[in-house]
Amino acid sequence: MDDKIKMKVQELLQSGKIKGFLGLRERHGQVGPYLFTDGDDLEGLVVGDRFKPGDSRYPLNKQLMKITRGDPSGCYGVLVRGCDERGLKTLFGSGQIKSEQVVPVGIACPQDLADACECLKPYPDERVAGEAAEPRSFATVAKVEAMELDERFRLWLAEFSKCIKCYGCRNICPMCYCSECTLENKDFGDIGSLPAENPVFHLTRAIHMAGRCIDCGLCNEVCPADIPLRTLYKKIADIVEEEFHCRPGYGSPETPPGLNIRGEELKH
Amino acid sequence: MEYRTVLTTCTYCGCGCGLYLEVMDGRLVGTIPCKTNPVNEGKLCVKGWNVHEFVQSPKRLTRPLLRKNRELTPVSWDEALDFTAARLREIKEAHGSDSIAFLASAKVTNEENYLIQKFARAAVGTNNVDHCARL
Repeated sequence: MDDKIKMKVQELLQSGKIKGFLGLRERHGQVGPYLFTDGDDLEGLVVGDRFKPGDSRYPLNKQLMKITRGDPSGCYGVLVRGCDERGLKTLFGSGQIKSEQVVPVGIACPQDLADACECLKPYPDERVAGEAAEPRSFATVAKVEAMELDERFRLWLAEFSKCIKCYGCRNICPMCYCSECTLENKDFGDIGSLPAENPVFHLTRAIHMAGRCIDCGLCNEVCPADIPLRTLYKKIADIVEEEFHCRPGYGSPETPPGLNIRGEELKH
Repeated sequence: MEYRTVLTTCTYCGCGCGLYLEVMDGRLVGTIPCKTNPVNEGKLCVKGWNVHEFVQSPKRLTRPLLRKNRELTPVSWDEALDFTAARLREIKEAHGSDSIAFLASAKVTNEENYLIQKFARAAVGTNNVDHCARL
């Protein structure tokens, strides 16, 4: 898979179509985001399946937002999985990245990862490498919904009570781009104190994920307290689909009708 | 526009979480936890997440300050060190070695922490050594 991506990136860089390719690189024994610019460093390019599929995924769209804002006329390539592509579409629709500044280079996720993610679409529409895996439904959501309401409420209160308020779920989120965050508003809560207001802190974030969350699952992976945030946001996405008949990133890149959630206009 | 990620270690405590600093045109613009680092496995605490902020903070001390007439005044390293050495000696002679304590830091290297405890024990003669994680 890596070789196909490398060839594609080499071709894009040589043609001058992109100024750089935002992907992952293994350096100093670790895998992290890296902007490839000249093609000489492509040897270290990896796709984020180090010891097991998807174990070193990063919110590349979040870094891409910084890069395209820092260079508003430049066009950049970016490594995308199914979730990243959904993210890009949503970020285009909400005016956070301009589509003409991005060339996605797609890879399909292996079945193991699609299973672990319970991913509805574990592949991007356009892909350079990988075979499309079977989609999976939200078994974790079904499991929680099978519980009685008061039992469910106790479960979430117990989960949220583990929060150390690191803001990691928000910081890692490729769809969190507001310049002012409600979670840091003094009227909302006591910002510097612990524990986080339970359940207000996490339910507020969950509601803000409506129409945004593209189910990449990075919040779940970043949580030092292992709070199953992904399950919560999957349910939010189900509700959004039920009520507004859309699921972020699955349809056209345009903002879906009835769901006009826009962040700040892009300041270029 | 130049964008780089630099792999480094969090300086806030002794855990040693791995992270990438995002550098754009020579300025630090963000922190990304390293997913493959065995210490933190892609997670960080609230301090680690904001580690890029203190480096360029205008509040950061960049030169020695000495309180003169109640005002903190910038002085040379020589003046600061001479003053500190003289006062430490006076205090030690007047009140004994154990009237002095040394606070080391998780934000500096092992070698620097070794030096401060060596200085405390060998030069000043006290075991009063503690560190920032207990402050």
